Amino acid sequence: MKNDDFELFGSKEKIESTQFGRRDFFKLAGGGLFVLFSVGDLFTLQQRRRRGYPEDFNAYLKIGEDGRVTCFCGKIEMGQGVYTSFAQMLAEELDVPLSSVDMILGDTDLCPYDSGTFGSRSTKYFGPPLRQAASEARGVLFRMAAEHLQTPLDNLTIQDGVISDKTNPTKKVSYGQLTKGKKIERHLGTKPPIKHYSKHTISGKATDRLDGREKVTGEAKFAIDIRLPGMLFARILRPPAHGAKLKSVDFSGTKKIAGIQVIQDKDMVAVLHKHRDIADRALKEIKTDYEMPGFKIDNTNIFEHLKSSASEGNIDSESGNVDEGKKLAIINIEKTYFNHYVAHAPSENHTAAAVIEGDKATVWASTQSPFRAQGEAARAIGFPTEKVRVITPYVGCGFGGKNSGRQVGEAARLAQLAGKPVQVAWSRKEEFFYDTFRPAAVIDIRSGLNSSNEIVYWEYHNYYAGNRSSQPFYNIPHYKVLSYGGWVGGGGGSPHPFGTGAWRGPGSNTNVFAMESHVDIMAFECGMDPLSFRMKNLTDKRMQRVLTAAAEKFGVSFTKAPSGKGFGIACTDYLGTYLATMAEVHVNEDNGEIRVERLVCAQDTGELINPEGVRMQIEGCLTMGLGYCLTEEIHFQGGQIKDENFDTYEIPRFSWLPKIETVLVDNPEMPPQGCGEPAITSMGAVIANAVHDAVGVRMLMLPMTPARIKNALRAKKSI
Amino acid sequence: MEKTINFRLNGNAVRLTTSSDRMLLWILRSDLSFTGTKYSCGEGFCGACTVLVNHEPVLSCQYPIQEVEGKDVLTIEGLQKNGALHPIQEAFLKHNALQCGFCTPGMILGAYSLLKKNPQPTTKDIFTSMEGNLCRCGAYQRIIQAIHTASQMMRGQAS
Repeated sequence: MKNDDFELFGSKEKIESTQFGRRDFFKLAGGGLFVLFSVGDLFTLQQRRRRGYPEDFNAYLKIGEDGRVTCFCGKIEMGQGVYTSFAQMLAEELDVPLSSVDMILGDTDLCPYDSGTFGSRSTKYFGPPLRQAASEARGVLFRMAAEHLQTPLDNLTIQDGVISDKTNPTKKVSYGQLTKGKKIERHLGTKPPIKHYSKHTISGKATDRLDGREKVTGEAKFAIDIRLPGMLFARILRPPAHGAKLKSVDFSGTKKIAGIQVIQDKDMVAVLHKHRDIADRALKEIKTDYEMPGFKIDNTNIFEHLKSSASEGNIDSESGNVDEGKKLAIINIEKTYFNHYVAHAPSENHTAAAVIEGDKATVWASTQSPFRAQGEAARAIGFPTEKVRVITPYVGCGFGGKNSGRQVGEAARLAQLAGKPVQVAWSRKEEFFYDTFRPAAVIDIRSGLNSSNEIVYWEYHNYYAGNRSSQPFYNIPHYKVLSYGGWVGGGGGSPHPFGTGAWRGPGSNTNVFAMESHVDIMAFECGMDPLSFRMKNLTDKRMQRVLTAAAEKFGVSFTKAPSGKGFGIACTDYLGTYLATMAEVHVNEDNGEIRVERLVCAQDTGELINPEGVRMQIEGCLTMGLGYCLTEEIHFQGGQIKDENFDTYEIPRFSWLPKIETVLVDNPEMPPQGCGEPAITSMGAVIANAVHDAVGVRMLMLPMTPARIKNALRAKKSI
Repeated sequence: MEKTINFRLNGNAVRLTTSSDRMLLWILRSDLSFTGTKYSCGEGFCGACTVLVNHEPVLSCQYPIQEVEGKDVLTIEGLQKNGALHPIQEAFLKHNALQCGFCTPGMILGAYSLLKKNPQPTTKDIFTSMEGNLCRCGAYQRIIQAIHTASQMMRGQAS
């Protein structure tokens, strides 16, 4: 990399001869941006390729001659709303109207390096450097204005990107007039502070989605909508099962289809056509013979398999001495919790469109990690990383499933082999096949209560869920939390017969289901109602506040379960975001169906950037979470994925919708926390707890399908 | 078998010669580059490819092109009139009734068809009519609010 940097940035002549040269950069940047790029920008370019967020504010923003401000951000927009909230943060600190901000997201040539959009980290981690950059730019612009207007700095004020003299308002100059569209070369010796939230007029205000209009008119482009001159649509031959080996392939039927190009290169077999559906047809005509793998694992024995595959555990958190705690207990409870594999099932399947022009490749990708995709594409075609540009249009859902994706390398490789632009858009079947599922997981919990109904010990064994949110937040003097393998799996050494990975709220969905179910069981065993029991065992003020706020909105009093009313509670701390969810469910004892009637979620997200956006994320989390509670489970036999579409893999529909109410718990003193994932992690426990309150059965496995509910009801009756 | 097919797309005459058993979705997205209509499940289970043919909602991924002969096809691109958004589009914006936006064109056309037939639907009517349109982001509650608002706006316009 060092040599590449030198080559690329070492001298003007060499720069002019690369794709990063001025002329090309103008073309790439398009529109009013081009004047901002000059040879003087090289420092910024070099910075951009380094890990970590750059110091230079020019990496984050450009002010056009017309006063429009462009924000550059390596994150992507997949529905979570950063397109709007980052624009708010930038507009606020820079003192420009929100409508003057244009967003460029996930473009590896234009945006500062970013590791990817996941973990509810965008606002929390990109927000501070963005605010700092805007604040410094504003400070520099004020100094430029003071010189331009020949006015003391203290006399200046700003409104909507126009700086004026308080003592003589006719003396004024706009940002655009000051910069004339050029890069701001000046910097401040000390970074100015960002605004206090009490001064905010844009950030912190409920704001409608800035990407809304494009999305309701059909103008919004996703990777799957990219159309390039001469582009071919590729369909790739896939094995019938993970681990299957191709023995023979016959293209004789395929080649009869007019216009079909067949590519066979090492492990890659693909058919390409200018129309996607004709390529689909050609793929069906390929005759193949596979050697099938001998895996014996399926849905019925996966949990035994996972436990028997586990190696020595790692201690994730520990306090006191569990053996001492056991001596204090008068009630001991031991339970095991399970969840099955769950698919991301994004609305837009994994897609990439690639074109290679000379020594430069450009890939439009449906990805959560443009810079990782850039590396993957470069490796696939043997290009230096900087010769690949990844552009991320709007992404049709991610949920962690698009942190990685082989489609990027596939599209780049096929574009290279075909000598034409190529789009690879997975079918729904491919999406299910290559998904990195939320792992099946097992959690063993042992805990005990003393005579005062206090939790005195907690022993937690986590098999393959991943350890996020597994640290107890109740007052427990003696606890030990161990994990045996994380959420990433697949390939050599993994117990999973296919890929597993991060799924919206990774680790936490399973952990909160187990922990908060177990807490409910403890409340039941000691004869307390589930809210009082939680309050009694908590001293964390933020958790108490979200529980109180949710309970006020929910407006019913909890009594010892099972009350027959179907009320449930779950609360959690997801990487600093606190929330409590309460549910009301009805269980049909005849057919085993759970109907979720109402959900209330109170969330403390710290300082809010876009309260409307936070509400949207909570609502989306709760709605999507219904799926993994009630129906979502991947059926498989060895490496063969039996679910191929939404006929057997059921995701939430309109008719499932409960009444959803959100409470935003005010906490502006705390820096902004994440909101894309936290609320979904409460769903397993809140529904399981409500089911117990409704009909007195304790569901220990997700999803709680009608068959499992009926089995549990039968087992209860037979006691 | 190749066939010449004539239909109207968003009010404009289209004539094309192609294999008659191809599906409307691919003619729109691939041959005509009308990419507002989305491919998602490809088998008629998700509603993302919903368009209207003679005012009836159809799953374009399952709808053979030869069936559109002489008919009117309406896609999301045809909903604006002279640059002005349709009330349903306005209502979706008002309620932020979308997240990633991928299912949105299908949702809006589904709602359009519902409101044509039933100008004042109950929430239950919306459940029934829209059940085949999936939103993985979980924006259903806001979509329902948007349809109610659009219903009011459209009836207000009509009176």
